[in-house]
This record gives sequence, C-alpha cells and structure tokens, in this order.
Amino acid sequence: MPRKVTYTVGQAGGPTREISVNVHDLDVDPWGVDAKLRVVGTEVPRLDAAVKASGRAKYTYDMNRPGMAYSRLLRCFHAHAVVTSVDTSAAAKMPGVLGVTTLLDVGGRITFAGKGVVAVCAETEEQLDDALHAIEVAYDVRPGAVTTDDGRAEGAERVDERRDNAVVGRRGRQERGDPDAALAAAAAQVSATFRTQVQTHSALETHGCVVEPTGDGEYTVWASTQGTGSFRGTMARALGIGADKVRVITEHMGGGFGAKLGGVDEWDRAAAFFARDLGRPVKAMLDRRAEHLVAGNRPDSIQEMTLAANAEGEITALVGTTHGTAGNGGGGAGAANTRIYRIPNLRMTQTTVSTFAGRARAFRAPGHPQGIFALDGSVDALAEKMQIDPLAFRLKNDPHPLRQVQWRVGAERIEWERLRREYPGDGTVKRGVGCAAAIWFQRGRGNYVVNLQVARDGSVIVSNAVQDIGTGTRTVLAMLVAEELGLTPERITVRIGDTNFPAGPGSGGSTTAPSIGPAAREAGYHARLALAALLAESWECEPDKIDWSGTTFSGPGGKNSTFDEACKLIGPEGLAVSGQRRPNYKQGFSGETAGCQFAEVEVDTETGVIRVLRIVAVHDAGRIVDPLTARSQVVGGVIQGVSYALHEDRRMDRNLGDMVNPTLDTYRILGIADCPKIDCLLTSIDSGFNNAGMMGLGEPVTVPTAGAVANAVSHALGVRMTELPITPARVLAALGGAR
Amino acid sequence: MTQRPDGREEGGFSRRTLLKGAGATAAAGALGGAVEALAQDAGPGLPANASGIAGPGPVPMTLRVNGGERKLDVEPRRTLLDALRGDLDLTGAKRVCDRGTCGACTIWLDGEPVYACMVLAIEAVGSEITTIEGLGTPDAPHPVQTAFRKYDALQCGFCTPGFVMSCAWATKTHGAELDDAGVRASTCGNLCRCGTYPHVIAATLEAAASEEGK
Repeated sequence: MPRKVTYTVGQAGGPTREISVNVHDLDVDPWGVDAKLRVVGTEVPRLDAAVKASGRAKYTYDMNRPGMAYSRLLRCFHAHAVVTSVDTSAAAKMPGVLGVTTLLDVGGRITFAGKGVVAVCAETEEQLDDALHAIEVAYDVRPGAVTTDDGRAEGAERVDERRDNAVVGRRGRQERGDPDAALAAAAAQVSATFRTQVQTHSALETHGCVVEPTGDGEYTVWASTQGTGSFRGTMARALGIGADKVRVITEHMGGGFGAKLGGVDEWDRAAAFFARDLGRPVKAMLDRRAEHLVAGNRPDSIQEMTLAANAEGEITALVGTTHGTAGNGGGGAGAANTRIYRIPNLRMTQTTVSTFAGRARAFRAPGHPQGIFALDGSVDALAEKMQIDPLAFRLKNDPHPLRQVQWRVGAERIEWERLRREYPGDGTVKRGVGCAAAIWFQRGRGNYVVNLQVARDGSVIVSNAVQDIGTGTRTVLAMLVAEELGLTPERITVRIGDTNFPAGPGSGGSTTAPSIGPAAREAGYHARLALAALLAESWECEPDKIDWSGTTFSGPGGKNSTFDEACKLIGPEGLAVSGQRRPNYKQGFSGETAGCQFAEVEVDTETGVIRVLRIVAVHDAGRIVDPLTARSQVVGGVIQGVSYALHEDRRMDRNLGDMVNPTLDTYRILGIADCPKIDCLLTSIDSGFNNAGMMGLGEPVTVPTAGAVANAVSHALGVRMTELPITPARVLAALGGAR
Repeated sequence: MTQRPDGREEGGFSRRTLLKGAGATAAAGALGGAVEALAQDAGPGLPANASGIAGPGPVPMTLRVNGGERKLDVEPRRTLLDALRGDLDLTGAKRVCDRGTCGACTIWLDGEPVYACMVLAIEAVGSEITTIEGLGTPDAPHPVQTAFRKYDALQCGFCTPGFVMSCAWATKTHGAELDDAGVRASTCGNLCRCGTYPHVIAATLEAAASEEGK
C-alpha cells in the first residue's frame, strides 16, 4: 500500500510549497527541502576522472580486438542522384579486402550527400582506403534543394515524391485567445524575422561500433551510443536474432549531445554483417566528414515574429510562423518560441521543409536555442520600443516563481543596472549586456532497476546498463548510494554501460539523472534495511527498533554499529538488493525547470569582431547532487551556446548539395582563447517529483545563451541582430543598414 | 619536423608539408631524400631500397615510446597516431579531426607537443615519444592530471588526454610563471566539445603553481 507523505518542496530560503504525495511502499521517503544531507550536494570529483585524465579510459574508438578488421562505407556526395552503375570487382580483388557489399543497387535513389552506397571490410585501414578508392559508381545527378528557402520555393524538386516539401506537422499549429483583436488593440508591437543556422553536433568521438562474434550466435558490441538498451535492441533486430544474444558495452562515451540516440545506423549494420560472415571482430567508426553529413544536426529556422503589449507593458499577443529544415526527414524543425512568458493571445504555425540534406537528430534542447533567440529578441525589441528596461519587462511577464528569483540574482551578479546605464559607451569598441530565459521539463521517467551488492568486507557494487556520456552519471549513482549507506562515494564501485546489467534510460532530453538516481537511492535504502535486519537478528530485537543516524545504526541497550561492522554479519555469498524507479509524484514544485542567462559582450564596430566577456548562468535542475559536475554541464552548455551564437554554421553548396565545411578547421567551434568568463549559479531545489527531488540539467543550460549574446550585441550596436551566427560580416552589414 | 599545437612549425618534414608538396614535381625527390635521411637516422633497423625509398608495404621500425623500445611493422603512410593507437594499443591519444586541428592526439616528440595525426610513424623513428600513458597513471598521476580531477576539467573525456599533454607541457615549460593567457595560448590548439575550458585553465594554473608541476 502506498503511504501518504506530506513535505515541503522548492528552494531553501526561497519559494517553497507543501505537497502531499503517495510514496510506493518499497520506496524511501522523499528528502524535501530541509533534508540535512552528508554527501548529496557536496562537490565530489567524478569517479572516472583519473582513468580519463590518464588516457586509460577505453572508448569504443579505442577498442583493439584480436583479429579485428575494419569497415567503412563508400558514400555518395551528391544531394540528389540515382545510381546508374556500381562496379566493385577491382576492389574485391585487392589485398586485404575481406568483404564488399552494395547497399544501394542500380536505380537506388539518394536524397542527401553522404548516403552509403557500398560497404567494404578489410584487414587494415590503409587497405580499406585503397579498396574504397577502387570502386566505380556512376550516378544520374538530379537537382535538389539543400536550404530551407530553396526547398520551399515554387517548383522545387520533392524529397518525398508523394508530398510537398513544406509540411505543417501534427503539433505545428498553436492558437489561443484572439490574436488579431489583441494586435489591433496593442499599445505597441514589433515584427522581425529571425534566422538561425544548421548546427552539427560535432561530438569528438564519431559514431560507430566494434562488433565481435563470441560464438554460439552471440555478439558483444562496443558502441558509442547514448542508449545501450536501444542499441542492443536495434542491433539484434538487424542481425535477426534475439536481444538476449547481443551484449552492448559503452563504458565511456566521447560526446553525443543527442546525435547518438535511437540505435544502430547503416554503418553499424554493415559492420555487424561483416562480423557475422567473417566470424571476426569488425570496427566501424565514422570519419569526420561523414559525422558532419550523416549523423545529425540541429535544424535551421526562419522565424517571423510579431509581439505586442498593452500600455501597462504586459504582453498581449504573439503571432508568427516558422520554417526550418530537418533535412530529408519529415518533421522536427519547430522552434520553441511561444513559452516562458504569459502570452494570452497566440497564433504560431510551424512548417518543416524537407531538403536534400542529412537528417536532423535530437540536439541538446531541440527547438529551444533557436526559439528563445527569436522570442527573447522580440521581447527586447518590444521593451526597447516601449522604453522599458528589458529586465523589468521580463519580470512583469514571466509567471515562473523561481525564474523571478533567478532574473534578480543574475542581474545583481552581472551588475545589470550599471552596465545598461554605462554601455554601449563612446569610441569604436562598444559594449553591451543582454539576457534570455531557459526552460525545460524533465522529471525523469521509467521503472528502471538498479542492482546493489554488498560483501562482508564492506565493498559495494552498484550496477545498471545506463551509460555515462560525460555528465557524471557514474558519480551521481555512487553519491546517492553513499548517502544512504553512510559511506564516501569513492567507496562505491559503479558498474554501468553494459546491457548485462538491468536496463537503464537512454541519455536524451536530460532524462538520465532523474530517471536512474531515485532507483539508486532506493537500492541504497534497501541495502540499509537488509543490514538493519541482520543487526536485529544479532541484537535480538525487532528490526524497527534499529535506528540510523546517517552514518551508524543503533539499537536497544546502547548498541551501535557502523556500516562496515554490520557487513560482517553478511554471509559469504554476499548481500544483493535492488531499487526501482517508481512513478513520479503527481504534484511537485513546478513542472518546469527554470533558468536565465546574462551576457556581456564587446564589439569592435570597425572589424565586426565580437568578444563575449562574461556569461552569468542561473539554473535550477531540481536537487543538485554534485555541484562540481553540475557546474561543468552548465559551463559546457554556455560554451556550446556561445559557439552556436558566433561561429557554428553548416554551409551547404547550393548547387552541388554537399557541405563545404565538413572538417573541424572549417566548421568552427569555440576554442579556449575565445572562452568567456562564466559565472554559474545553481539554485538547488527539491522538485517534489521523486524521492531525491531531482530533475534534468543538460539541456536547459544551453537554451538561453545565443539569445542572451544576441541581445547583448544588439545593445552594444543599437541595431537588432536577427541572424545567427553573428559573424563580423553580419555585424558590419547590420551597422551599414542602420546607417 | 613537427607541427606544434600552438601553431609554430619546427624544421623538417610534416604530413602537412608532405601533402602540400605532393602536387609538385619536386615532391618525389624531396620525399626520397627525407626517407633516406630517416633511414640513416634509424640505422640498420629501417630497410630502404637502393633509391632510399621505404615501402610501400609494411616496414619494420622501432619507436622509442615512453622510455621503452617498441618494434612494429607499418606502412610508411601510417601516421604516428594510428601506429600508437592501432599497433601499440596506446589509445590515450585520440583520432578526432585527423587533420591537425583539434589536438586530441597531442603527444610529445622529443619533449615538445605535436599532433600525432600530422606525423608519420616512420618520421618518428629516432625521436623520444611521450604519450599520455607515459605521463602518469591513475594511481601516480601527474600534477596536471590531479588538478583536472579536482577541478572537473573534463566531461566526456575524449579531448582530455590531448589537453593534459598540452597543459603538462605548459607547466613544465613555464612553471609558476604560467598565467591565464599562457594556458590559453598553450591549449588553443586543442578543442573540447563538452565545454570544459574554464576548468582546464583553473586546473592547469594550480598544477603550475605546485612544486612538481614546475
């Protein structure tokens, strides 16, 4: 029977509320805002830091297996083409070539540059290179648009012959109130078109896997994936065998940011077939060009926005349209530009335009950085038009109780009032300050099970199939268990990233920590109860007479025991318990996590060069388990956001349909020399949705950065910047237009 | 012959200059001469034909890595990075951009940081190669590695070995004189996608200030 627990959630010393929740009978009581915790909330270095910093961590790309062969795809770099001939005969006879498989036969249609046409397997990478060069494929090359504007133009070639390129998706229309009447009655309104670029994930470890047949029709697969479970399921299906025959291992993973969700790709399948047919391990990692072209991206956007307010400075209406391309896939190019603020009257239509380009994949807060750039840009423009301070305007229109606190905290830290007064300043080098909002909503989900073993020597092993993609999952699991057992996190051995352990969540949508953390906490709790039962037997008392101080057990007659002493009562076979993630509590503090960022920039009006001097990032993600690794995620989200705001741009050749900058020197990402000072302020709260009060952090921290930077640049220049990335050329063009 | 992460090029022969020169008619002679020179450097261990050309098939060679001698057979076109990773299973240096941009493959060649993807294995014969595996271990870490852990100067960790090699070179070279700008200059040839730069700077400054970091 679930038990009712009433407790206080929210921020210690800030907004709180009391809620009553039904707690599963096997689950531990939620902590609440006033919990005094010993481990959780302290800075703990990530458990795998030493192995990573010493180069000993083995990633998928690092696997060298005995007898391993290499596989790669010959790719077509035409955007739209039909295969007219394929000749692999020369390649098949070359030294070291173990297998050649045609993926696309004559007549096969290609709808994006980078599609695999022939798969080759060879003894060495050099032999693989030679064989790929020896394959002759001829194409009938056809026209095909690769940009959103070209894709939606009259008479554009269709990507999917059965339908128009431009499609309003299932959730593409939002309407409420009477936006037309609200616009007519508005005291002020602003209209602008905001454009954002296509961004590629550019994880440093490219996609790929090593597939090793282990006999009896079973396989071990090392995969660079954000979901060991989904990778196993899709790999088993590709091989036509049961998931029980496939073991996926992802002990360390070199970055994903969303691009490595969703299971196997064509290069993984090709590697698996070669491995099966040859009875040897086969490695298939993408090269950098393929990674840019075929392994996902953030869609671009063209957002036409009209925002209106009444004389009191209250937003009354938002009317707009968006267009964007997710490549040759269907939907998924919407921009999240209608949330955050109270908008009583709304009409927004979102159109996805199919183009002959590599398909988008989930990318850290899909739709959000681009949407917030347009929304907060419009908010700034409207405030400016009404001669209201942009921050005051936001405080008036933002209903989130925690973000109300965060706006003020961030403004104080960056000295908003002073900078707004003193900037942009005289001279040719101008300065500006701007802000934008963050939002996310990940409470965690699923019914994942965490196993926990305790031995009589006091050693503890926590296990689950979940992967640590660099967020610190391993460390968070150890901390939650350590908290329950009165230990230090370093005492806990965490075995994860292996489907031989109970299923774990895929790492997408900031789900990982809140989905698996509560199960780890419950597992630790169950181990403690099991030890208490052993002590009760030894002390000849009822188990409910045993108390736990946080570090020691105590019983009747002044008896007490540490964790290690209690472990001596465990039999030689050891103790095994598990914890399960229970359904989220229904209430909670707020269903949305909140955040905001402030940017201070310097712009040289003679060269157009922008320097981001400082970002102040204020975020909540429920209870912050490890502030050290959490700060890293915030800093990382900010840096990716600055990079997106100023540099990154997948440039497509409109005639050839290929990417012109598919390398890391031509696709620019922010380097250390240009990295701003970043102040990270985490407002830890108990979210009230699970026993640990956790929520997700990875996505919201990159949501507002580009918007804040753009608003700061606009402040510095006195001209609204409406297109990302804000390159020196665009700065100079904007200044020229204003003149 | 080395391309340093800070962009400075030292004398000799790099993969980049080799690729640049490949279109010129003079390239063949230059290449032959360089390999001959290497063959002489390497002594009897490195076979070459009468024109002094090694390859194109696998060539036996000996590399001095982390204080030990390692024998291997690789094609002359194999990069030092691929030889370290694939032939010697020293996988700390990472293959990321494979064209001298990201610094994930940074190692030391005769004590100076280089991109291992821009050096051919055969060019490294006769040089002292230090990889991340030779810098420290999880149990006996280099001060930079200790500080990376303390400041959480890593997330996914894929760029980390390269950063550590650049930062350790900076602390070795500049000691306590190293400042914020110096760390940035020493690591501006390294890219991190997770976004750990501020923590890298903090960690390296602490390591530089420590006694062993000098």
